[in-house]
Amino acid sequence: MSGLVMPAPDQSTLSRRAEIVADMRIIVPGEGVVDAVNEMRAFESDGLTAYRQLPLVVVLPETVAQVSRILKYCDDRKIRVVPRGSGTSLSGGALPLEDAVLLVMSRFNRILEIDYPNRTVIAQPGVTNLGITTAVEQEGFYYAPDPSSQIACSIGGNVAENSGGVHSLKYGLTANNVLGIEMVLMNGEVIRLGGKHLDSEGYDLLGVMTGSEGLLGVVTEVTVRILRKPETARALLIGFPTSEQGGQCVADIIGAGIIPGGMEMMDRPAIHAAEDFVHAGYPRECEALLIVELDGPGVEVDHLIGRVEAIALKNGSTTCRISQSEQERMTFWAGRKAAFPAVGRISPDYYCMDGTIPRKELPRVLAGMRELSEQYGLGVANVFHAGDGNLHPLILYDANIPGELDKAENFGADILRLCVKVGGVLTGEHGVGVEKRDLMPEMFNQIDLDQQMRVKCAFDPNHLLNPGKVFPQLRRCAELGRMHISGGKLPFPDIPRF
Amino acid sequence: MTTFTPTSPTETLSAVEWALANESPLEILGHGSKRGLGRPLQTEHTLDLSQLTGVTLYEPEELVLSARAGTPLAEIEKLLADHGQELAFEPMDYGPLLGGVAGRGTIGGVLAANLAGPRRLKAGAARDHILGINAVSGRGEAFKSGGRVVKNVTGYDLSKAMAGSWGTLAVLTDVTFKVLPAAETEVTLAIRGLFDEEAAAAMALALGSSEEVSSAAHVPENLVGSIAGGALKGASATLLRVEGFGPSVAFRTKKLIDLLKNAGPIDEISGDASKALWRDIRDCAPFADGTERPVWRVSMAPSQAHAMVMALRMEEATDAFYDWQGGLVWLRMQADPEADLLRRLVRKFGGGHATLVRANHSLRASLAVFEPQLPALAGLSARLKEQFDPKGILNPGRMVPLGKSATLAASNE
Repeated sequence: MSGLVMPAPDQSTLSRRAEIVADMRIIVPGEGVVDAVNEMRAFESDGLTAYRQLPLVVVLPETVAQVSRILKYCDDRKIRVVPRGSGTSLSGGALPLEDAVLLVMSRFNRILEIDYPNRTVIAQPGVTNLGITTAVEQEGFYYAPDPSSQIACSIGGNVAENSGGVHSLKYGLTANNVLGIEMVLMNGEVIRLGGKHLDSEGYDLLGVMTGSEGLLGVVTEVTVRILRKPETARALLIGFPTSEQGGQCVADIIGAGIIPGGMEMMDRPAIHAAEDFVHAGYPRECEALLIVELDGPGVEVDHLIGRVEAIALKNGSTTCRISQSEQERMTFWAGRKAAFPAVGRISPDYYCMDGTIPRKELPRVLAGMRELSEQYGLGVANVFHAGDGNLHPLILYDANIPGELDKAENFGADILRLCVKVGGVLTGEHGVGVEKRDLMPEMFNQIDLDQQMRVKCAFDPNHLLNPGKVFPQLRRCAELGRMHISGGKLPFPDIPRF
Repeated sequence: MTTFTPTSPTETLSAVEWALANESPLEILGHGSKRGLGRPLQTEHTLDLSQLTGVTLYEPEELVLSARAGTPLAEIEKLLADHGQELAFEPMDYGPLLGGVAGRGTIGGVLAANLAGPRRLKAGAARDHILGINAVSGRGEAFKSGGRVVKNVTGYDLSKAMAGSWGTLAVLTDVTFKVLPAAETEVTLAIRGLFDEEAAAAMALALGSSEEVSSAAHVPENLVGSIAGGALKGASATLLRVEGFGPSVAFRTKKLIDLLKNAGPIDEISGDASKALWRDIRDCAPFADGTERPVWRVSMAPSQAHAMVMALRMEEATDAFYDWQGGLVWLRMQADPEADLLRRLVRKFGGGHATLVRANHSLRASLAVFEPQLPALAGLSARLKEQFDPKGILNPGRMVPLGKSATLAASNE
């Protein structure tokens, strides 16, 4: 992946840079156009910092009309555009292109409406995920999806990535919590999908837009549903001698009809790193540590705590602590929440992966990872959204050692291949971006990929919006539209007909 | 007139290839339980998926089930119930409303019509539970999207694109759904005698509480006799469902009664009676009257629904009841569907959309059954259809008239 090939820059666009910058200044007057190299540095990468590229120009519009004019201007002149929210993508979704306008939505930072009777919030896309909860928490409400970057990531970016979080098994992903959006197509047309009503009309374009990684349109307004904060939450911290037992415990909890608010697992290297860092009291001798959080009315939580504890014991847990206070619950979580920086302390660099697997395959995948770890000579620590099968292996490496980044990336790619092989997928919540782009054929054949690209053609027929992301190979829409008619010569003898 | 009844995805692909080669449109059919919904088709040939059946994967502990698209929904619901699980979005059964029998319908049809039920507020619709699909596009190509895991952002979510597409984009051959444990117990509180506006306030109060109300409906006095076997006759019923583990349901029910005790007298309905009641609401029992009188399904902002209905009644006699806290309004008209009037009022009261789910053949052929879209959105929808089905061989004209997209003049906005 270090040998990432991006679409060749359009020389004609590059040669017109001064003119394009001047035109952008006409569309977005004031401070909204950044073209000085030193100021553009801040935008040269997103959360996947291994890749950097200065954009053609950075534009920060403030109104929907400006977004529409920018996109139409670029569409008319065949200029590429890369949209960006807060730039926290871990897959390079907002990586700039040398010949593309970087359209930064951070000035769309207002909450437009809070509607408690309908339990909806209308926000501009640059509002942070946590900003929505902050706006409604005094009334006892919150916005459920909580990606770990929630203090920084924007709601528009959440739509682009279909962001999850630790509570997604019970409360769903972004796609299940967004009711409507306003968006601008590459040709400058402004459309609305959904609204405060629950079912969107016609084709589920809102569903298609969610998780489309900025390739289909630019979101300019988001309507989300908010939920009442659960009355109480308590957590269990459960240690197991083997990952198999931990995995079976997760299966048994769900098999008993219990859907916890959160269910996280860590393996031994992650437990040790976290414990050394925050001293949360994690049992060091365990191979698998499970945090199970139950939320809801106190009486329900108390009832379920007992049931989960019994299931843990039955599966051979060696430790099982139950939080007795809000402070203790936060301590249980402290290690898990600090797992990434904790791993950062034991290794100069780490590379965070994001595959999803059927839960039952966990022992097999962990064993496979151990083998790969030996083969590549690099350590790996695992944190795992156990409820929904989403793995985050952290590969430890040192970027200062020549070749180690390549090795880490190859190790990561092998892990993702393993995830696909056992029935899982390449990415659970971080997106494909540029990072997993070239692995897409592991999961999809060319027909599958072509049909996805045809959806792109309906939205952006010139492939100008965020090109070089998600799809390993760009194909012209005209070429994709060609029909190869086969079959049909015979009125099939093999199909029953009446 | 040919009817293809494939028994495998490969045979399904062959049928579509044949239709494509002959540019001969197909009506895509499961059990035909929703055939009376939507614009009537004029296709010579039929692709009948009712023999493309079978559950191909069910792992209760993984909360996942895959089946061929023609598998009867009833078979899947039975299998899940045997394991204490369910499709949490409670797909409604259109059969009785459309003059057919209850209990028909296929799992593919559930997705193609994006069915939901009274738990919509909490659990979403089919589109919120679909994990993956295999399908044949109108290009005669078998493709897949998604997978079998809950958390997956690999590529565009074409599974969701199938939701509510009524067979106009691709022929589903396999679907994979997330399944969930069924609630241990349920209790319904029925607040009696409220007018629509008071009911809206009571439902908003209940849904805004931390008691996790999973369904909220309001049935006015004139219709209440047609649900729950007539047990609620005499006064309107504002229904709130509480589901979950026994001790939790008891606790939350008590708190809700405290919260709402000033709203009106409250009846408590539990167990099977509660289940039957919500099935009636789900399947629109009040309007399953054996007639073809026009019935609308209106999706709008919950808190505005009663005001929209009141404004409608100023001009036209209408029967109405509410599900999803008012976010779903069922309307039965006298004779004329009054499409323009209704759609204008929906736009005026916060927006949403109205679908003419029941009407006679000629009305469905002449009126926009599905909400017309503004030109930019209609254009995008038409381009999407073109990308999946360039020759228009899959259910042509089911959602929008042939040769044009149903658009709403921009000036109407």
